[in-house]
Amino acid sequence: MSQKNKISHGVDTTVIWLYAILVAVGILCIFMVEYRSDANWMSSFLGGKTSYSKQFIFAGICALIATFILLTDSKLFTAFANLFYVFGVLLMLATFVLGKNINGSKSWIPLFGGFNLQPVEICKIFTALALAKFLSRQETDFRKLKSQVVAGIICLLPAVISILQHETGMALVYFSFFLVMFREGLSPVVLIIGFSFVALIASTLLVDPDTLAIILSVAAVVFLYATRRQWRRKKSILLLTILIWGAAVGIQRFAVPFIFNNVLECYQSARVYSAFGKDYDCGLNKRSAKKSDKAPRKPDDYNVRQSKIAIGSGGFWGRGFLKGTQTRGKYVPAQTTDFIFASLGEAFGFAGCFAFLALFMFLLFRLIAIAERQRSTFSRVYAYSVVSILFFHIAFNICMTLGLFPSPGITLPLISYGGSSLVSFTILIFILLRLDADRQMVLR
Amino acid sequence: MSVFNQSRSRVIQIILAAVFVIILLQLVNLQIFSSQYKMAAENNAIFRKIIYPDRGIIFDRKKKPLLENAISFDLVVTPSEARNTDTAALCAILNIDTAEYKKRMRDAIFKNTSVKPSVFEPLLSPETYAKLYENMYKFPGYMLNQRSVRSYPYNTAGQLLGYIAEVDTSFLRKHRSEGYEMGDYAGMSGLERTYESVLMGQRGIKRFVRDNKSRIQGPYENGLFDTVAIAGRNLYTSIDVEVQQLAEKLLQNKIGSAVAINPRTGGIIAMASSPSYNPNVLTGNARRKNWGRMIMDTAKPMYNRAIKGQYPPGSTFKPLGALVALDQGLITPSWGIGCGGGYAACGSVYVRCEHKNPGHAANLRLALANSCNSYFSDIFRKVIDNPKMASRADGYLKWKAYMNAFGLGRRLEVDLPSEDKANIPDTSKYNRIYGARRWNSCTILTLGIGQDQMTATPVQMANLMCIIANKGFYFPPHFVDSIEQETTADTSLLGKYREKHIVTNISDSAYKAVNDGMHDVTIYGTASAIKIPGVEYCAKTGTAQNPHGKNHSLFVAFAPKDNPRIAIAVVVENGGYGSVAAGPIAGFMMEKYLNDTISTAGLARVEELSNRNLIPSAIKQWYYRKDSLRAAKLRLEEEEERLERLERERREKEIEKGNNTEAQLEPGSKPVGEKDTTRKLLPKQAILPATDPKKKNLKNRA
Repeated sequence: MSQKNKISHGVDTTVIWLYAILVAVGILCIFMVEYRSDANWMSSFLGGKTSYSKQFIFAGICALIATFILLTDSKLFTAFANLFYVFGVLLMLATFVLGKNINGSKSWIPLFGGFNLQPVEICKIFTALALAKFLSRQETDFRKLKSQVVAGIICLLPAVISILQHETGMALVYFSFFLVMFREGLSPVVLIIGFSFVALIASTLLVDPDTLAIILSVAAVVFLYATRRQWRRKKSILLLTILIWGAAVGIQRFAVPFIFNNVLECYQSARVYSAFGKDYDCGLNKRSAKKSDKAPRKPDDYNVRQSKIAIGSGGFWGRGFLKGTQTRGKYVPAQTTDFIFASLGEAFGFAGCFAFLALFMFLLFRLIAIAERQRSTFSRVYAYSVVSILFFHIAFNICMTLGLFPSPGITLPLISYGGSSLVSFTILIFILLRLDADRQMVLR
Repeated sequence: MSVFNQSRSRVIQIILAAVFVIILLQLVNLQIFSSQYKMAAENNAIFRKIIYPDRGIIFDRKKKPLLENAISFDLVVTPSEARNTDTAALCAILNIDTAEYKKRMRDAIFKNTSVKPSVFEPLLSPETYAKLYENMYKFPGYMLNQRSVRSYPYNTAGQLLGYIAEVDTSFLRKHRSEGYEMGDYAGMSGLERTYESVLMGQRGIKRFVRDNKSRIQGPYENGLFDTVAIAGRNLYTSIDVEVQQLAEKLLQNKIGSAVAINPRTGGIIAMASSPSYNPNVLTGNARRKNWGRMIMDTAKPMYNRAIKGQYPPGSTFKPLGALVALDQGLITPSWGIGCGGGYAACGSVYVRCEHKNPGHAANLRLALANSCNSYFSDIFRKVIDNPKMASRADGYLKWKAYMNAFGLGRRLEVDLPSEDKANIPDTSKYNRIYGARRWNSCTILTLGIGQDQMTATPVQMANLMCIIANKGFYFPPHFVDSIEQETTADTSLLGKYREKHIVTNISDSAYKAVNDGMHDVTIYGTASAIKIPGVEYCAKTGTAQNPHGKNHSLFVAFAPKDNPRIAIAVVVENGGYGSVAAGPIAGFMMEKYLNDTISTAGLARVEELSNRNLIPSAIKQWYYRKDSLRAAKLRLEEEEERLERLERERREKEIEKGNNTEAQLEPGSKPVGEKDTTRKLLPKQAILPATDPKKKNLKNRA
């Protein structure tokens, strides 16, 4: 009795409740996708052959893991953070040797009993721990560029390996750590530059290149005219403005086409283009042209189109539980994993989606509140890492299903089917809860 | 340290909130303001299955079904589920080889994907069906699908009933507003076509939910939007199936037509056109085999001569000629002429008469009985040169108006598609031939005896008999008396057949004179050899001159003399005298209809008549040539097959030999192998030129 009290003492029950609700919603969503009216769902559930029964088993395993984590001491994570990170990176490297090819990315390690482990999922936790450990070191002064570079390398090393494994979506998630670093004092300029770069790419795709160049030039001239008093006194402003203008025009005229035609593969470019409602001509793509002499085929956005149809057909109140024809007809590919949100949108409509998003929003804001009440830098950095990772996953996944963002293949945390994903998010969240429970004891 | 940079927590919160707002805006856009997605989802997922109703049945006047809906079965395969099929057993039952099996499987997958069922073998024969049914357990992934086809228990009336076939694109274009879809069956000719809207019934639609591979998942909304199929309604016709069968039998080995109408109602009792066909050869899987052959047949078995054949009516026209003259008051029944074997009043145009004895045309009755050409030529001239008329052309136009009133030279609107109106020439036609005002009653004299430019279809001739039998009225000839559960739309469809048409105001005495004359025809006149046991009847024979060959034999009649119940017209092309070929056919048909049976003596005559071959020699030759061609082709194919078999055997032997030598030789010695192949090819080339020219010749001749 006293043991149980000790575990639950100081643990944030709100987060646990939110976690439990979301996992339950996830299983429900998978059930909606897998359900067939002619089969007895009870027997197929107990048979354990369907995804929802497997996810249910995973949830059980996660409950065990969560209990296990809550039983440990929070010092364990600080102590082993670097070791975990090294282990994680080694595991990711091991995939090059042991890797199994699933859906075109060689990022899985086959385990016993037909289960597969995706190290890049687990490595997110280790990276978060390692970053927290590095930033909380006594010697680290994050205002120094050197520390910032080291932190950047810690975050992006798994991303680079991930890209080499053709798992671009996951690599994107590692950029979420910049949000954490921003909280810890990274200059906002980095974020602004990153954001501007994305905005510039988007506008390059949306607006005619010549028109965009003119717009940028006019903006620069207007800015210079407005600040003519200042830059007469301080020439650096003039210089900087001209530099930015040059960089912007250079990027939109040369860098963006270069990236799409020479760096990205045809299908990736086409996905980005289709997210902006444009067609990408694969004939321009040097990389796919090099690979095969066949005329590069224009890949269509079937997945996203079907997903949009599913969500759009939901209307305000939805078509009702198990009544969605898009979901029942399996029109949306990968609907138990990447496009799980589509089944939710179809069945419960705008009202359901709003409630669902509010739930996630609540979770994220709760986690931020937890982060801010930490006394140790380690716990705070780790908490922000959890928030950022979750946020990136949610934002990218839902934007993808809604056709706002090219589909990179990112799961919806706690909802999507998949053991690796569910277990890693469980560990991620429950380590935070363990750290949070001990916030009074740990001073550093 | 922890408070350091705390304001940035706000910034992060704002970023989070902003992204969520963007997501919500897109959700609002997709779910609330875009309506096209709902429709797109329905187009994706809802599968409309058409439930075909049973077509209506067509009954004869005694409620015997002329056609029925038989159930046929298609063998249907879902390729993805047919992995463990006993292919050999299936091939043995269907009588195909494995290559054909693979080809059909490939086609099925190509046309319809491997997860959807496609027809593997349509319209199985009953034997094949029975064999398959017993062995279905060996063929997973295969199904026997029910399908409704027409069958004709009496093997008769093919041209009248018509046939149904799958609609094609041109049909769909023509009948766009009628809701046909690809894959539907529709009546293409005959009654099936005319009464399509009645017979087809109303299709039902069931909605199903289907998945991304078009597999059915279950009913949509539990069948809330489904409509039920309504069966087609039955047609009750005036056809007497036994008379129809008899007519077809009697017209066998002849080219011609017979039409029998009930004069009281206008209901057609029988309508035969020869050569005809057994309607069962155009249903089910037999259709594919026979259709092409029938279309190519030079004697046109699909062509309904009863409504499309145009024949000069010849002497059968004479009763009408008499009625016209009587009605105009130009003659009286007792008026007569002296005929000495021909009509010479026109000088250049001399009309010969079969009779020379004086007094054979002393009055109308005698003239009709003896079919005196002179008499009717004369009264025709009287009509054209009618002194009451302003001009000859007016006289002619008046005569033409009589013809049209009696149903000649215009469509009778029989309830079959593509009826012909035959021809009563207009004055413009004669103006064109002779020049305006340069023709007179003499130039067109033979119109008076049913020759010249005038033609009539057998149904028009039969209808004319109805008018004479009824003494001045008729109902338009038709088949369908009533429709099951008649609606107002049907009533308007049938209304025109229930309307009594009164033809001019010819007096009863005029009709009586004509009827008496026609009765005499059967007593001592041209038809005296043809008797119906226990029935007095009226008739008129006709022998129409035919510029292309032997005279056409015609016969019109109605029976009994008083209160007639059947009016009939028979034409036998190239049959000679009317009383020889056409007469007996009409006689037996009337006997069958009136007495319900044929006397034993008559039955032998029926057999004899039906075996009598009157098909013109040109057509006989065509058949002969086609048959011998087919035989030659068959022989050629056999010969080719034999050669091929020999060739194959030789090749196999050579390959065996080649293998042996190769085994002995060094592996690098390729030239030997190459030589081998050229040698193998040679004999085939040597054979081909020998057979090719022959083949070409045959094709040219064909």
